Amino acid sequence: MSSIKIELKQHQVDQLREVCRSFNNDAGELINVLHKAQSIFGYLPAEVQEVIAEELRVPVAKVYGVVTFYSFFTMIPKGKFPISICTGTACYVRGAEKVLDEFKKELKIEVGQTTADGKFSLSCLRCVGACGLAPVVNIGEKTYGRVAPEGVRDILREYEDA
Amino acid sequence: MEKIRLTIDNKPVEVSKGTTILQAARKVGIHIPTLCYLGLHDLKIENKPAGCRICVVEVEGRRNLAPACATDCTEGMVVRTHTVRVLNARKTVLELIISDHPFECLTCAKNGSCELQSMAQEFGIREIHYEGEKSTYRPDTSPSIIRELDKCILCRRCEMMCNDVQTVGALSGVNRGFMAVVAPAFEMNLEYSTCTYCGQCVAVCPTGALTEVDHTNKVIRALADPAKTVVVQTAPAVRAALGEAFGLEPGTLVTGKMVAALRQLGFDYVFDTDFAADLTIMEEGTELLGRLSRFLQGDKDVKLPILTSCCPAWVNFFESYFPDMKDIPSTARSPQQMFGAIAKTYFAEKINTRREDMVVVSIMPCLAKKYECQRSEFASDGNPDVDYSISTRELAQLIKQANIDFKSLPDEDFDQPLGESTGAAVIFGTTGGVIEAATRTAYELFTGKTLEKVTFEDMRGLENIKSASVDFDGLEIKIGIAHGLGNARKLLEDIRDGKSQFHAIEIMACPGGCIGGGGQPLHHGDSSILKARQQAIYREDADKPLKKSHENPYIHKLYEEFLGEPLSEKAHHLLHTHYFDKKKKITIR
Repeated sequence: MSSIKIELKQHQVDQLREVCRSFNNDAGELINVLHKAQSIFGYLPAEVQEVIAEELRVPVAKVYGVVTFYSFFTMIPKGKFPISICTGTACYVRGAEKVLDEFKKELKIEVGQTTADGKFSLSCLRCVGACGLAPVVNIGEKTYGRVAPEGVRDILREYEDA
Repeated sequence: MEKIRLTIDNKPVEVSKGTTILQAARKVGIHIPTLCYLGLHDLKIENKPAGCRICVVEVEGRRNLAPACATDCTEGMVVRTHTVRVLNARKTVLELIISDHPFECLTCAKNGSCELQSMAQEFGIREIHYEGEKSTYRPDTSPSIIRELDKCILCRRCEMMCNDVQTVGALSGVNRGFMAVVAPAFEMNLEYSTCTYCGQCVAVCPTGALTEVDHTNKVIRALADPAKTVVVQTAPAVRAALGEAFGLEPGTLVTGKMVAALRQLGFDYVFDTDFAADLTIMEEGTELLGRLSRFLQGDKDVKLPILTSCCPAWVNFFESYFPDMKDIPSTARSPQQMFGAIAKTYFAEKINTRREDMVVVSIMPCLAKKYECQRSEFASDGNPDVDYSISTRELAQLIKQANIDFKSLPDEDFDQPLGESTGAAVIFGTTGGVIEAATRTAYELFTGKTLEKVTFEDMRGLENIKSASVDFDGLEIKIGIAHGLGNARKLLEDIRDGKSQFHAIEIMACPGGCIGGGGQPLHHGDSSILKARQQAIYREDADKPLKKSHENPYIHKLYEEFLGEPLSEKAHHLLHTHYFDKKKKITIR
């Protein structure tokens, strides 16, 4: 998995150290610490993992091992507008996959990736509880219902100047 | 201890509680095949993730097959190790493992010593019934170790060695499912990780996934170059293990045959790293006594305990993990580097050769030595003191390629002046040996008395951490010994916490010391081999007429003719070094 090279600011490092401290710098709490760190940063770049490794006194290779094992954790930052396509049963049978393919084609990225300009990222989720609107697409806080592949371009156009 | 009775293949066995089926079976001569399992029990090292499922057996009353390596025996258990069901399962498992393995056996560095290969042969695998996607990983070359993860079977032995035994943590299992692989953090090259190049991952890898960087071709070319004077030095642990590569019993000493073979290979001068080990004792011993007398005079700044610095993986370890303590180890270079520095100055002058026309090759039980000889501080105007370091395994390969019938070689002696050594030097090859050698000399220099009994039993053996105390004429000198970097870490943390009681500590990175080095013939999990090598080293010491480094007449001559005295300016320049802070820094803006 590739990682984006960033430089952490001192206050971010301090914040991370505080998170580790709140778990008593216990190596057994690694997953919880990563959870919390991802909720702060949106993703887990190498530098974040290095700070956590140092604080919990575990090899950074081990931290990376855990990050790459669980699909929840990601080393790629989410886009400004994260697109989530529901592929739960109801959405799936009503053509979610075709909608997903259209997003991939339009944005030229795969699931789990972010566009080069950092604007959009693509992910799938399972059932948002709005099966009556299937297939459903979430972009940020906004929900789109009964999305057809032909409508994907129009949806993206809404974000053109954003 | 509670006893448990069971039968394995109709043989009754009685074992104590907590014994696994695998161990119980071995007790009655039944060798259940294993692949991921590794047990070096004399060193308290064990890897049993029960991941490969090669060792499965049938247990009466149990629905599924049980992994013998991770299933404890229970009272009345009835175990069968070679039923049709078991054999089919094992074959299937093996075929599945092989289905994602490159068929490159003929060109693989592990050809002939691969555990997967010999298992396929034992199981009579003639066809792989499974076809599918194959893993493709980018090969990774570092100064010492090559990683070809396409050949990895995920046994996790390397990960166990790197994390649990060495506490280096350079390698970890990463990703999941088909993408799973053992790799450094962020799947970067080993070179950019905290790897110390101890080579213990290579020593336990069952396949060709982890191997050493091979320099044999460079050595062959140097030997063929008439313009070059090629000088070879051999580390003490090599003579106690090289014979294994030619089918000799573990523990066979082949010093004389090794010398004969090196001469036949065409080396112009066959010398001994042991000479440099004696030299190390002169320098390190004098440094120890210097620090000790300053300490006794009440100098509060003196750094005690002094730590040995012969082992390059250990040096890498403290540079990465304990850089705050880098002024504690002795500044003495390792014997390999001392030898190179002396060969390319003192000896080159003697034979009227320019250093550029001299090639120094070292035969080492070690992979970190390959990295060490490339460190820029060990070169003069870009010309390294030691040009190539090859492992015991590579030497065996060279000997075989040169059509030499090793076993029938006569015993020959090392050349002089850099071939003479004492018993103190040869024990450098095993845990406890360096400090025992140092004690022999330091005692006599400090007390002015003759040390009658030169063996120190407390410093010998394979205990993880040993301690000994020696009476220096009324002054009690406390000595600590650790082998394996995990054990070293414990002693270092004690020093950092101000809890250490020792005056001197010896550390060797590999379990057992150099006899168990990453460049030695593979032990395949048999720790009795390490014990036999250790005994061989002590036998060679016992047979040497001289047993104290400061009695080596050629060492005297070297100081007289060239260096002056231990710790002289010239000695400092050629025989000492300094250490670097290699701790990984987090980038903070």
